[in-house]
Amino acid sequence: MELVIEEKIKRTGPVIFSEYQAGEGIRKALSINRQDVLFELKASGLKGRGGAGFPTATKWMLSAAAVADKKFIVCNADEGEPGTFKDRVLLLEYPKLIFDGMVVGGYTIGAKTGIVYLRGEYEFMLEHLESCLEKMRNENLLGKNILGKEGFDFDIKIRFGSGAYVCGEETALIESLEGHRGEPRNRPPYPVNTGYLGYPTVVNNVETLAAIPHIITKGGEWFKQHGTDKSTGSKLFSVSGDCEKPGVYELPWGTKISELLELVGAANTKAVQVGGASGICLPQSQFDRVLAYEDAATGGSIMIFNEKRSMLKVLKNFMEFFVEESCGQCTPCRVGNIKLLEGVERIEKGNYTFAYINTLKELGKTMQVASKCGLGQSSPNSFISILENFKEEIFHTNGNGGYDGKAK
Amino acid sequence: MGKRNNLRTPVSQRPHVVPKPTDTSYIGGMVSVQINEKKVSVPLGTTILEACKENQIHIPTLCNHDDLCVAGVCRICVVEVEGMRTLQTACTFPITAPIKIHTSTPMVRKARRHIVDLLLSEHYGECYSCFRNENCELQTLAKEYGVDEYTFGHINSPRHEIDNSSTSVIRDMNKCVLCKRCVRTCIDLQEVGVLEALNRGHDTKVGTFLDKPLADVICIYCGQCINRCPTGALRANDPSDDIWDAIDDPTKHVVIQTAPSPRAAIGEEFGIEPGKSFTGELNTALKRIGFDKVFDTNFTADLTIIEEGTELLNRLKKALVDKDESVKLPQFTSCSPGWIKFIEHFYPEYLDYLSTAKSPQQMFGAITKTFYAQQAGIDSVNIVTVALMPCSAKKFECNRPEMNASGYKDVDYGLTTREMAKMIKEAGIYLPEMPKSHFDDPFGEASGAGLIFGATGGVMEAALRTVYELVTGRVVPFDNLRIEPCRGFEGVKQASVKLERCVEKYNFLEGVELKFIVAHGTANAKIVMEMLKRGELSDVHFVEIMACPGGCLGGGGQPIPTSEEIRKKRAQAIYEEEESLPIRKSHENPHIKYIYENFLTEGPCGELSHKLLHTHYTKRGKYIS
Repeated sequence: MELVIEEKIKRTGPVIFSEYQAGEGIRKALSINRQDVLFELKASGLKGRGGAGFPTATKWMLSAAAVADKKFIVCNADEGEPGTFKDRVLLLEYPKLIFDGMVVGGYTIGAKTGIVYLRGEYEFMLEHLESCLEKMRNENLLGKNILGKEGFDFDIKIRFGSGAYVCGEETALIESLEGHRGEPRNRPPYPVNTGYLGYPTVVNNVETLAAIPHIITKGGEWFKQHGTDKSTGSKLFSVSGDCEKPGVYELPWGTKISELLELVGAANTKAVQVGGASGICLPQSQFDRVLAYEDAATGGSIMIFNEKRSMLKVLKNFMEFFVEESCGQCTPCRVGNIKLLEGVERIEKGNYTFAYINTLKELGKTMQVASKCGLGQSSPNSFISILENFKEEIFHTNGNGGYDGKAK
Repeated sequence: MGKRNNLRTPVSQRPHVVPKPTDTSYIGGMVSVQINEKKVSVPLGTTILEACKENQIHIPTLCNHDDLCVAGVCRICVVEVEGMRTLQTACTFPITAPIKIHTSTPMVRKARRHIVDLLLSEHYGECYSCFRNENCELQTLAKEYGVDEYTFGHINSPRHEIDNSSTSVIRDMNKCVLCKRCVRTCIDLQEVGVLEALNRGHDTKVGTFLDKPLADVICIYCGQCINRCPTGALRANDPSDDIWDAIDDPTKHVVIQTAPSPRAAIGEEFGIEPGKSFTGELNTALKRIGFDKVFDTNFTADLTIIEEGTELLNRLKKALVDKDESVKLPQFTSCSPGWIKFIEHFYPEYLDYLSTAKSPQQMFGAITKTFYAQQAGIDSVNIVTVALMPCSAKKFECNRPEMNASGYKDVDYGLTTREMAKMIKEAGIYLPEMPKSHFDDPFGEASGAGLIFGATGGVMEAALRTVYELVTGRVVPFDNLRIEPCRGFEGVKQASVKLERCVEKYNFLEGVELKFIVAHGTANAKIVMEMLKRGELSDVHFVEIMACPGGCLGGGGQPIPTSEEIRKKRAQAIYEEEESLPIRKSHENPHIKYIYENFLTEGPCGELSHKLLHTHYTKRGKYIS
């Protein structure tokens, strides 16, 4: 399994894929106190790699400060964003990084239990991951009084998701862990105070956790050398679509889209979808934009479309995805997405007015601010960006210039 | 016995209401916030919605209901909080910092209008063919947000089949707006757990286990979901057309009995503020509609007290004197059909604890088609008995196959308060302006004890008045017969009365501390049943349970909306009416004395009583085929 993936692309990279000895991060963290771990993390400027980009140090500090009998650290391995497959590589090839990161997290916030919420489709990894955990237990990197640190007990268990995209949203993930229907919760209160079973809970993406052992061993300043001012470190990109060398790449934040396209051997590229189905779609004219939280933000998904692709079909595909994957709880997302999809279908048939398309764009903006969770808030992104960035192609080249095929 | 920590409700979805600090100068107790231009100070943890309400700023709501935990799913109550990227729902957002809130910005207004438009686009049906017309929260919102067209279209064919399998509750999911109030009512408020959201995304709908019809699942038909549904998606099974037919049929003698709770609430259907009873007016209106006789259910409530009280004393005697260990104590009341179905499903092994006495509704049916038919010289086959009840489960109860002691179906139709009001309106009558009139003989006016059956604790109070007096020969030692420990809306109430200086017949009860428990709402019933399971009720003698929060006055057939405030006012109306009655103890009701002297001559719990006034129960369990 490992070989197949490794053959595809030689893993090199400045941060995540740099040298690391298993247990190194835990040893270092246990040798310093919790505040220093938080300090190092703060210095690194690490932000959540799942896509939302919340500062990890802040998340940890808030839950470290929370007073409770129990705390939890959860690894969000429900990698479900269309076009994302970097966590799969990390889980298969670098579980030591993830688990070490969780142990460091447990030590820092005062949690005794770590839970890996694993995507249902990744069940084949279970044996492999369990054996890694068993090895760590044998080496006392997990268990009681870890590495002789009196009173520091920590263990990790693995739980499966059942295939709902929304369960990648941290509060829906927690609901699912508790055995409920996977629906996002109201925030506030935030999971750092009221999370799994009501206890303070940190939910971190796989990649975020994998960065932590590096930061602890090599220092926040070292981490910061990579990337931009606001987006420190590097990022794993899952590149797919019309290119010669699709795969997982580690690149520093701040890489230009055009640079990435060149690296992966993409030719005649018409559009790049940055951030998966919930991301934005950029046309050629914007390929000089950089991949960073402050510009083109992404949880890692990069989809490349060459000039043969119909952008309307691309959009329809995304909208169908959201209609199906909305949890159905809140009005803007449940009904809004179907309206947007219907809009796409009307464009397809040439049965629309520009006034109505504009109304739908307005609706998209409402969904962005009024939906309950990130799913509904980001689902109109591709609708808005594709219709805006590719209006020539969609409204004119297709010959569907308006109501009954006549422009209005 | 405080509220139990409800495990089902996610912590984050429980309301974050922090009690107002008594000392507001307490540091951190109050937070200063700015709502629009107004600077106000609110207790820490108050939601934005509450803060706005207190400051007369209207925020529209749909999924929010005061009886239920917060959901934050309809998103209609969104407001802008400065510094936050997205809009926030006022109903869920606890104020913990000095924030600035804007409740009417262009973004907020547009979002709300969009949400109403989206809901309407999926809401099948026309307002004028809906029983919630003019009492629909979606309709109100549409008006409030100036909806004059369907911006995002309108569904023109139904997506779901109407579930009218049950005798009591009809579900039309085409009108559902997925606010999930019914789900929260069923799971969190009543802890029955029949309804839950099924499927995902656009296919989401509220349904039952395996999407089975309601009649095939463990629904107890309490109808609390109907009372909390903002639209017409849930309604009771309305028999009024059949009743009209009976009224219009000259060969039929149509008799109606009215329960106290509908009388205390029906005014609300005519725009009257809650808290006023219309008993006398209703009598006139019913006669004008064409009912041949109007009787008071309280008569059989009195009868229930005599039968159930006697049964209790018999059980006590068997247990204390005969040392019969097969006697089940405490005795549980049996007048709430929702509670009966609940215990049959959830605690079928405890049915022997239930009193075998029928509910007042069913006793009345049996008496009407026997005693009354005899007295009036009418063939029972031509008598149609209608029961005006605050209840949807009563419709199920009257259709139970064993309820035919008279040789006929004892009660032909159960009618809710809402359906009655509709019939009255159809007849062109404005109820509040009706002159008052009395109930018909031979049952006449009943006692106040029967009247207070409508409020939680009422059965217990009525029973105690009679039992205490029978046993000791003296009036219950409470000021003006107000047995306060039975009153009020606390979920589970526990108290006792000491029996001293007993009359000779009951001297085996000398010195006994008669312990009783009163619970309302099946979630509280569950608490009591779990106590029974753990053996904690071994010293308790009598338990009253009502399936609905507040008792019958909060029943599933009562006017919509409902809230604790409304229920309190209805209770107040009932207690006030009660105190104005000349007779307030069941055993002093002269008509009761008459019926035992002339019809049920073997006395309470005698053979004829057993045949007509007592019943048996079915072990249903929770397994669904």
